[in-house]
Amino acid sequence: MLTRRKFLKGAADLLLVGAGASLVPRWVAATELPAGTIAASLLESLPGKRPLIKRTYRPINYETPIEYFSSVITPNDAFFVRWHLSQIPEIEDRAWRLDIGGEGVRQGMTLTLDQLKYEFEAAEITAVCQCAGNRRGLSNPHVPGVQWEKGAMGNAVWKGVRLKDVLARIGLDAKTVEIEFNGADTPAYEKTPDFVKSLPLDKALHEDTLIAYEMNGAPLPHLNGGPVRMVVPGWAATYWVKKVVSIAALTRPAKSFWMSPAYRIPRDMFPGVRFTSQEKEGDATTPVTELVVNTLIVNLKDGQKLARGETVTAQGIAWDSGNGIARVEVSQDGGRQWQLAQLGTDHGRYSFRQWTFAWKPEAAGTHSLSVRATNNAGHTQPLEPQFNPAGYHNNAVQRITVEVV
Amino acid sequence: MTKKTVWMGLLAVAVSGTAWAEEDQIELKPGIGREQVMANCVMCHSLDMIQINSPFMKKEKWAATVNKMRNVMGAPISDEDAVLIVDYLTRQYGVD
Repeated sequence: MLTRRKFLKGAADLLLVGAGASLVPRWVAATELPAGTIAASLLESLPGKRPLIKRTYRPINYETPIEYFSSVITPNDAFFVRWHLSQIPEIEDRAWRLDIGGEGVRQGMTLTLDQLKYEFEAAEITAVCQCAGNRRGLSNPHVPGVQWEKGAMGNAVWKGVRLKDVLARIGLDAKTVEIEFNGADTPAYEKTPDFVKSLPLDKALHEDTLIAYEMNGAPLPHLNGGPVRMVVPGWAATYWVKKVVSIAALTRPAKSFWMSPAYRIPRDMFPGVRFTSQEKEGDATTPVTELVVNTLIVNLKDGQKLARGETVTAQGIAWDSGNGIARVEVSQDGGRQWQLAQLGTDHGRYSFRQWTFAWKPEAAGTHSLSVRATNNAGHTQPLEPQFNPAGYHNNAVQRITVEVV
Repeated sequence: MTKKTVWMGLLAVAVSGTAWAEEDQIELKPGIGREQVMANCVMCHSLDMIQINSPFMKKEKWAATVNKMRNVMGAPISDEDAVLIVDYLTRQYGVD
């Protein structure tokens, strides 16, 4: 109970109050997160971070409170933290080395941070980094894993160099099928599989795939993978390998627990591209790849009281895998009729896109506001989560219920 | 690999006292098997990993989870302890 009270108190400090609104603290517990998640979660500061919502201490898994998504760029010190393994070394810039090798290169090379920064052309991109399991805690039924609510994501301006430029310097064998990434994090116990991920060659060589050393104009923070991490715009954060220290060109598909059976979804459930070199005959799964289109209301909470006849500007963000947001719509009747929201500035196809909707509930009583986005590929959001065993890609329409008094 | 071994030595520097001191305050529910959970599971993760995954798993799901920790994650949990751990997790952090 002590931790719960601490959480409530801390959360209250963070609330953004809408026009004429008073808030009840019920929202903290009003989600469908497991009861044990709610009881064990609290707001807590990691070194260099503002208070974030602690899900687990070790490995370090902390999510961003929704309030921070009221700005289109998520501040570094409020950006979510997610690690699979518990040993996370702090590496000084001058000690960091990147080894590039593998069967697909004739001769490997090793780069220092200065070489990476000054021997290749710099590139910058604004992109959403979202855990594939964001909103897992809202899966119905619940599934095991880190019980994320809605804040295992963030949007940042990433600066680094293009992976394709670095690979071009050494040249790839024509037989290369995947590029594999390993970070400096290690498991607590030697027999636990190291966290290693691979990308198909075309995504690895995409001009937007970066080896990044800056986040929002600052050196990449330690807890977000500094000094150097992968940035794979449009794809789930599982590929954005943090503290990357080795890159290997593979002539055969990668084999690691973290590629299979972990991070798998049913092949035909979601619209993202198929990672075919990682698909196996007789197994109907494919790796999680591209993010699904999604939205979030950032300034209204379940149970919030609104004054009758007053206009409240609902604010939110929408994002997808890089097709871009075509429209955001809201519904006041649970999804039967939809009205267009106003889209904000376009910060690039991989970025959060802000939206607003002037909402004026006329009668006293309970009102709901649902929101959905549609991307330029025509994909939109389902009313209910599409169940899959690990709770990935939950982009069910968000519905907020308020009391008008 | 060699590099990684060296880095592991820097762990104490890497993770400041804040998080781990708080971790010590996690209290699991009393019950038979709690001791075995405390002895085995904390080796790789904090015990809030158990708390947050509750209460929605039936015995077979907790058994599958413990099996995954042993067979995939390599946790050196004895057969005897595994039985007690699964029973404890089901009773204290599971559903029927």
